[in-house]
Formats: sequence, C-alpha cells, structure tokens
Amino acid sequence: MNMPIRNTENVVALPQSSAEVLPMPASPGKPLLARVLPVLGEIAARVIPPLIVLALILVVWQFMTNSPKASLPSPLKIWQDSKDLIIDPFFVAGPQDIGLGLRVLTSLTRVAYGFGLAAVVGILLGAIVGQSTWAMRGLDPIFQVLRTVPPLAWLPLSLAAFRDAQPSAIFVIFITAIWPVIINTAVGIRNIPQDYRNVALVLKLNPFEYFYKIMVPSAAPYIFTGLRIGVGLSWLAIVAAEMLTGGVGIGFFIWDAWNSSRLSDIVVALIYIGVVGFILDRLVAAVSTIVTRGTAKA
Amino acid sequence: MYLKIDHVDKIFQRGSQSTEVLRGITLDVAKGEYVSIIGHSGCGKSTLLNIVAGLTGTTNGGVILEGRQVDEPGPDRAVVFQNHSLLPWLTVYDNVRLAVDKVFSKTKSRAARDAWTLHNLDLVQMVHAKDKRPAEISGGMKQRVGLARALAMEPKVLLLDEPFGALDALTRANLQETVMALHQKLGNTVMMITHDVDEAVLLSDRIVMMTNGPAAKIGEVLEVPLARPRKRLDLVSDPVYIKCRAAVLKFLYERHRYVEAA
Repeated sequence: MNMPIRNTENVVALPQSSAEVLPMPASPGKPLLARVLPVLGEIAARVIPPLIVLALILVVWQFMTNSPKASLPSPLKIWQDSKDLIIDPFFVAGPQDIGLGLRVLTSLTRVAYGFGLAAVVGILLGAIVGQSTWAMRGLDPIFQVLRTVPPLAWLPLSLAAFRDAQPSAIFVIFITAIWPVIINTAVGIRNIPQDYRNVALVLKLNPFEYFYKIMVPSAAPYIFTGLRIGVGLSWLAIVAAEMLTGGVGIGFFIWDAWNSSRLSDIVVALIYIGVVGFILDRLVAAVSTIVTRGTAKA
Repeated sequence: MYLKIDHVDKIFQRGSQSTEVLRGITLDVAKGEYVSIIGHSGCGKSTLLNIVAGLTGTTNGGVILEGRQVDEPGPDRAVVFQNHSLLPWLTVYDNVRLAVDKVFSKTKSRAARDAWTLHNLDLVQMVHAKDKRPAEISGGMKQRVGLARALAMEPKVLLLDEPFGALDALTRANLQETVMALHQKLGNTVMMITHDVDEAVLLSDRIVMMTNGPAAKIGEVLEVPLARPRKRLDLVSDPVYIKCRAAVLKFLYERHRYVEAA
C-alpha cells in the first residue's frame, strides 16, 4: 500500500532537484521514513514475540525461585552471582579462572578438529558406500550398529587407546559426527541422476574427476544435511566428554561449578552452550546455501 | 563403411526373466549422413542409440566405427540426451568447457580451449547466456547448450536421443532449423532417435523404421531424396516430401500399429 505513494513522491522530487538545491534535503525525509518503517515493522514482528516470551519466562522463573529456600537460583541471583561471567566473556584471572568465551573457544577447537576429520573421512567413506554395492553390503550393517552407540560410551576405550584426554575428546567428537555424514553422503551419491553418470561416461572422466566434478556437487545438498546433523551432535558430545576428561572447556566448567556448588555459573554456561550450538547450526546452514546454490533444482 | 551396426541382438536379463529388445539389427551409415530412427515408444530405439554410444552392451553382434569396435562410451560418439542433462551447478560456459577441457586437454592450449568453447556456443547462438546456470534458461536453450557441448567434442558420430521431444512445437521447429544448418555447415554424421514423422522427413537422408518390440527389427529403410538446404515451407507442398511422409505414416500406423497393452 505504501509503494505507489512513495513512487509518485520520488517522481515529483527529481525534476525539482535538478532546478534548485533547496528541495532536496526536504524531500528524502518522508520517503526515507516510509522506506524504513515497513522494514522496522518486519524486524519488530520477528523480534518482539520472542522477547515477550523470554520476559515472561524470566518473570515466572523469578517467582518460582524467589524464596530463600529455593533449590535453584533465580534470575536476579544469577545476575548477582555471575555478573563477571555474563559481562566479560574473555577475562583471564588465572589458569583456571577465565571467561566463558575463552572456554567455549577451547571446546570449539576440539570440535573443529573432531568434526573436520569426521567431515573428510565421512564424505570419502560415504562416497565409497554410495558408489559400490559391495562396499555398501559389507559396511552398512556395521555402520548401522556402531552409530547407535552413545558418544560417551566410546570415551573409556579412546582414553585407553590414546592415554591422553585431548585426543580422546577429539576422537569422541569424530566418532559421534561421522555417522550422519557417511549415511547422508551415501544416500546423496546413490541419488545422482543417471543422466549425470552418462555425461561422465561419455566424457570419460577418470574416478578423481568424477568425484569432484560430478559426485560432490550433485550430492552436496545431502552432504550438507549430514554435516549439519553432525555438527549438532559434536557440540552435544563435547560438553559431555569434557565433563569427564577435565581440563579447560565449557563442559568441564559445568562439572567444576557443580562440584563447588556455583549453580548460577552453570545456568550462564548452559545459555552459552545453547547460543553457540545455535550459531554452529546456522553457520553450516549458511555455508550450505552458498555452496549448493543452483544444485537444488536441476 | 563409416559406422556399421552389425547383427546386434539385445536381451535384458533381470533375475530369471529375460526380455528380448532388439533382434538382428544391421545398419550401415556413411560419413556425413543424417539417419533417423523412428518407431513407436518401447520399440528399443533408445536402446539401439545407447548401444552405439557404448552406454549399453550388446548381447550378440557389435558396432564398428571407422574400423574400430565400440565397447565403451567415449567423446567420439557424443550424445545429446532428451532431457539436456546439463550439470546444474555449472554455468552454460562451464558445461561446454568441461567437455572441451576433457577432449582437448593435450591438443589445445588454454586460450584455444576458451575460444573453441565460445565458438561452439556461438554455433548454437547461446553466447549471450554463457554465464547463466541451466536453471535460468528455457528448455530450448538448454537443448542448444547440450548440442554445443556435443559438437565441441568434435564427435565422429553425433547421437541425438529425441533431442526435441520435451519442447513445444515452435521451439522445436526453431531447433530443427539450427540442427539442419549445423549439419550443412559442419557435415557431421548424425544418428537421431525420434517419434515425429515430420521431423524425421525434414532432417534425414535416410529414415530407419523399426517394428514394434519385443524383439524389434528394422522394418524398412526409406531414402529421402530431397535436395539440401531444405526449406520447411517449400516442402509442405513438395510431392517427394509428401510421398516420404506418407510412407513413414503408413509403416507406423497401418502395418506396425502401436499395441496399446505394451
């Protein structure tokens, strides 16, 4: 409804501006507002509902945990107890007293190693399983059994194998994230249209060229679905793994806070974990839309 | 003989069931000749084309191209597929360039390959869309690019698998003109699958008519003695054209009627 009105104003304003300078500063005032208002309205419509819900949750939470005998901290108490953690994510006050942002970064480095490895190995294994019927018959049952093993169940075995916390945690991430990558890649490759295979055959592409010129782009939407599930699972697993292996990291921080009864810190850490997990998911989704642009529809 | 299809039989095995698709197909194609294969759907004409392309093996017999037996697919027998089969993640230019890079990696320099890609896009009048992706151009344009990709391989035989089947009548006529002009200019040997009688008569030097499957054979081969270049409008009233058209129609609808149940 605003569009036609704004257009006529613009048409009138232009010839005037060429004649004299004065009307120009006056004219953009209204159209600019008219242009910005719908955008602001759109943003408000998306931002306000979650803010209202958040405020409601905080109010209810405050009321439920208001009494001094409450077993869990109230939002106000959390603010008082853990103000330093909330305000400055990157402070360093000692070897074990650092901001949550730094702890998250440590955990993210582990995820980067484990997930990166899982992505590379998963895509290659998925390509083999998707391409060869025999590889699929041989490997698929094993994959189907192994992928149901909970991430933490791998930890004792990997601690025994690596004799060190750091590689063990990375291995747990790897073994958690790899299954969805393998399975989705295999499905994507099995779904490569016969037409593309024929093109590759007529052009006599060698297996290497076939892999990166046909297979990967064609299966990219599936591969990214697998990666997105994988990165979510990695983030779930790292927190649990760090609780057990110790050292620096957001998972161990929660365990440590529990042992020293700093419940407020735990709540802040949970919020950090949630936000970071959300950002990771959106990051992979964003990369996916950039990379698979054009491949979605043939 | 340039291209020789020699006593080809094709039986598809699926478990204990076997279907005989082609029986005793023998056909010689001269260099520069334009041959159409026409028949009702399901008669195995696409199978025959795939055998020449090397995408499907034969049960008996074989295909010989310039004295060498065909046993695998290759760029010397470029195929234009019915549904264009361009790679959707590559631009029009890159789709053709992929084929050029593969075929001329040793014989042409980088600059020459670029020029050759553009030259072939120019042959089908698609240079203007070279940076578009297949999803952004029309069906007829996609088929033009598919044609450019096939021509760019400098194939010994150009195989067209119902190349205009999915297009509307006007676009189809347009593309037929392009193919005719290119055949005139480049002198390619062409083998085309079609189920359109007018298209077959307009474009071909010879029309190979296939009987209905299973176990389809070559029923009849019709010479089309029309002078080239051919003009669509002039041909409408040309007695030779009308005679050829009638012969194909009679074969398809009188003697080898399409069996509904097939």
